[in-house]
Amino acid sequence: MAFIARRLVGVVPVILGVSIVIFLLIQLAPGDTATALLGPQATEASKEELRRALGLDKALPIQYGVWLGHALTGDFGRSIATQIPVFDLVLPRLVNTLILTFASLLLAVIIGYAIGLFAALRSNSIFDRLAMSVALLAGSAPPFWLGLVLVLLFAIHLRWLPVSGMQDLAGDGGFVDLLLHLILPAITTALGPAAIITRIVRSSLVEALQRPHVRVARAKGLPRAELLQRHVILNALPSIVTITGLQLGYLLGGALLTEVVFAWPGLGSLLYDSINARDLPVIQATTLLIALAFVLANIIVDVINAGLDPRLREA
Amino acid sequence: MVADNFTSRTGQKIEEAGPGAQDLRSSRRFWRIKSFARNRSAAIAAAFLAIVILAAVFAPLISPHGPDEADNLARYAAIGTKGYILGTDQQGRDLLARLLYGGRVSLLVGVVPTVLAGAIGLGLGMIAGFLRGIVDQVIMRCLDIVFAFPMVLLAIAIAGAMRPGVLTEIIAITIILIPYFARLARTETQSIAPMPFVEAARAAGGSSGVIMARYILPNVFGPIVVYATTLMGLMIVVGSGLSFLGLGVQPPTADWGAMVAEGRVILRRAPHVTVLPGLVILAVSLAFNFLGDGIRDALDPRTIGR
Repeated sequence: MAFIARRLVGVVPVILGVSIVIFLLIQLAPGDTATALLGPQATEASKEELRRALGLDKALPIQYGVWLGHALTGDFGRSIATQIPVFDLVLPRLVNTLILTFASLLLAVIIGYAIGLFAALRSNSIFDRLAMSVALLAGSAPPFWLGLVLVLLFAIHLRWLPVSGMQDLAGDGGFVDLLLHLILPAITTALGPAAIITRIVRSSLVEALQRPHVRVARAKGLPRAELLQRHVILNALPSIVTITGLQLGYLLGGALLTEVVFAWPGLGSLLYDSINARDLPVIQATTLLIALAFVLANIIVDVINAGLDPRLREA
Repeated sequence: MVADNFTSRTGQKIEEAGPGAQDLRSSRRFWRIKSFARNRSAAIAAAFLAIVILAAVFAPLISPHGPDEADNLARYAAIGTKGYILGTDQQGRDLLARLLYGGRVSLLVGVVPTVLAGAIGLGLGMIAGFLRGIVDQVIMRCLDIVFAFPMVLLAIAIAGAMRPGVLTEIIAITIILIPYFARLARTETQSIAPMPFVEAARAAGGSSGVIMARYILPNVFGPIVVYATTLMGLMIVVGSGLSFLGLGVQPPTADWGAMVAEGRVILRRAPHVTVLPGLVILAVSLAFNFLGDGIRDALDPRTIGR
């Protein structure tokens, strides 16, 4: 518990820093800030009003303070494109992105751990070499392109799965429908991270298998399953969990692009639409939300790791 | 002046150490080249990348058509069509020509930010690792903030806030990469700073700047170069992702990622327009990964001579 509390306190300055970066994004936008926030159609009077409300005529640190105050209460202004309050626009999208990210994470972990384990147990076999080659290919391919190739194969040629979207317009909108729409985007997002997890699981297990205590345990005649469970996997687990945690960033980033390819109504496609519409308040809110989710996920990984390895709890 | 006798690690004055030293050095270099050449996949990857880079540079000389030259009578041509070996897109533009010209932008966006970020990260990491204390704290805490974002997200957000273009892509990717290089450079610097030859230089009255430039830099440089090579493949993919989202070059300029996006709307009718540029990105990123692995193995003393 103390560990979790310490970790949560330690993250406050990071989140503040993240908010500063996101605040500064407005400064990157070409032209006048009020115009960037209200859109080119805004009248001079409304721009003047916004300048006063946000203190845009004041120094940058004061502007940041005002902006942060609004952001903390969930007020990111109104979307330029739709005039809907940004918060109402972003929240439902977050749920959809989380569905896709969790499904992909689950898939990446199952694929990575299973293939990595098999490859390690039969290292240098044909299966091992084939698996590692496929992992190398999948890890080097651009995910958005991989998604399109999967669409071409499974949706256009074989017609097994829907091309895009999250639900069938004519369907009942039930769980099976969602699952069918989820398969291709989840595979697309999962493949890259799965490839990296596979390689790491394999190499850390191969290394653990060669340790002296494993040889001793084997010489003692320990049953294979128990040997693997107690002496190999448990030893390799912390490094495997760490790498899996590192993949969260790739997963979230990859999910953004996958959403665009599959028209998945999550934060990624919202970000894409708002970039095309130059809808800066939405870009800021979306970026902040994803970054917060990422920071939180990293804390969860640290807590799991601390649970696995008592040495980390002390640090 | 700082005594030059301590430069043995940089190899400048090693001749003074006696006749055997020169042999040792050249034999070590021999093993490095040999182990690199023996790594067949790395050698093939290097050759492949050389061809791709040359093809992009000399695109105007070898390309059968202009990249934006539209032939209305040859729209949607399939692979193998006469005059259009790799087919054409919805505007009847030659895909081979677009791939060749597109390589100029795509390679630039993958390579330039990696080199830029490598240089900036090297400097920041060395300063943080060598000066320690408050400077170290400030630099590293600032870089931690960048680590708090998923890599692609920050690049998209930065590029999305700015005007789309090649320069925007380069800036966005450079920013997200700096912390990765800085962290490595800092760790390497911290492991070298306590070594006797650095202490000696300090005792001889060398200023921090001189010590960093003459004694730390040559030792940190190698690992940074290796890391940069391994990252280039990933950056080609990230850069093409930004172009796919429309944050890079604007139509009609060709770019591999943008070509995938253009082909997306005609995926049913002419799948090759999407598939081909993706395959090129895959091949180039794979080649950079093999090359990076090869260079790492060649420079890693544990694998030398094996």
